[in-house]
Amino acid sequence: MEDMVRLIEPLIPALRRYARGLLRDRAAADDLVQDCLERAIGRWHQRRADGDPRTWIFTILHNLAMTRLRRSATRPRHVGLDEADAGGLAVSARQEDGLCYRELLATLAQLPDEQRTVLLLVTVEELSYGETAKVLDIPVGTVMSRLSRARERLLRMMSDEARPQPGRPYLRSVK
Amino acid sequence: MSHRPITEDDLNGFIDETLDARRRAEIVAYLEAHPDMAKRVAGMCAQRDMLRAALAPVAEEPLPPELDLARLAEVQRRPTQRPRWAAAAAAIALVVLGGAGGWSLRGLSQTPREGVAALAHEALASYAVYAPDRVRPVEIRADDRAQLVDWVSQRLGRPITVPDLSGSEYRFMGGRIVATAHGPAALFMYDDDKGSRLVMLARPMAVDANAAMARHSDGGVSGFSWSDNGLGYSLVGARPADALHPLADAARRQIRGSA
Repeated sequence: MEDMVRLIEPLIPALRRYARGLLRDRAAADDLVQDCLERAIGRWHQRRADGDPRTWIFTILHNLAMTRLRRSATRPRHVGLDEADAGGLAVSARQEDGLCYRELLATLAQLPDEQRTVLLLVTVEELSYGETAKVLDIPVGTVMSRLSRARERLLRMMSDEARPQPGRPYLRSVK
Repeated sequence: MSHRPITEDDLNGFIDETLDARRRAEIVAYLEAHPDMAKRVAGMCAQRDMLRAALAPVAEEPLPPELDLARLAEVQRRPTQRPRWAAAAAAIALVVLGGAGGWSLRGLSQTPREGVAALAHEALASYAVYAPDRVRPVEIRADDRAQLVDWVSQRLGRPITVPDLSGSEYRFMGGRIVATAHGPAALFMYDDDKGSRLVMLARPMAVDANAAMARHSDGGVSGFSWSDNGLGYSLVGARPADALHPLADAARRQIRGSA
């Protein structure tokens, strides 16, 4: 149990970050992380000793998050931009940055779960494509295609949404 | 110049900085020649930086006390308080008249089709399959008891209680859903320090909704089955029936107490 604390404790800030990115609400996200840690303690002896603790704990958190999101009926308790609890979202010291970030996270929340999760794990948590595939229990190829779709869609939503963008360059995936 | 075509995967790799230097240089050359694509990739790089910046402060926040890992581990290690019924169970064990008034289930090999006899048979079959399993005897371990209870209650369509036998030498290991001819059943497993295991099977009963406790045995395995309010239970183990009986009584008492 001591090595558990030693290996998992440094990962807790990242777990909170991922949970917050998905759920946006601070209390709900921290509840999820607590649930995740309790399970991790219970299952620590079951995990493969040579496995990567980060992938392992993120898998637990991710599965809990998906259960939570599915249970909350529709969307993750849709938080409007104006009503969003300021403490729940990351707000930078610089006000315009803060607004900008809140807008970004609100837009991110509109992506399908399968795209948001990939985007967060790869870009924010900096998991490799292989690690992300492991956490999500999907093939690496699926990670790549979801990542492309997530980036494309978020880009489109963040740019002027009203204006259509004809002739947008796009490359096809070559297998 | 490259002979390999540039793919979406390459662009992701470029944004995520996973490409080797040579491929990266090829992508740079490609983007210089394709300003529209370059603009799109630049937008995605900016998006990555903004996502990181937007969420970075979360990781800087001081941890709330609820997320203190050492404390959480300590709480889990602490033995749960022994339930009150355990003392009662010990007392009952002294006064139980082994098997008196029960009826025997004969001919289990005939595969009874209904009622408590069928349940007893299913419990024996589950015991034979899962109790010797050293790899994955249970699907959800005792640590995740709440999750297990939610799961089996949902599948059985009514609240299910996990009998706690910790008043005896048996500890709850966990459980799973198993298939029976009468639909899903909840299987709970217990073990003692010597590695001997007990299986408790529970499922809704269309026939024998309320049945007195019945003793049955097959080879070295014995069991006790009963039902209350449409829910049947069967406790099975490779123990003499007289040793198992007080445990079955304790379990039934506990289940009735929680109903």
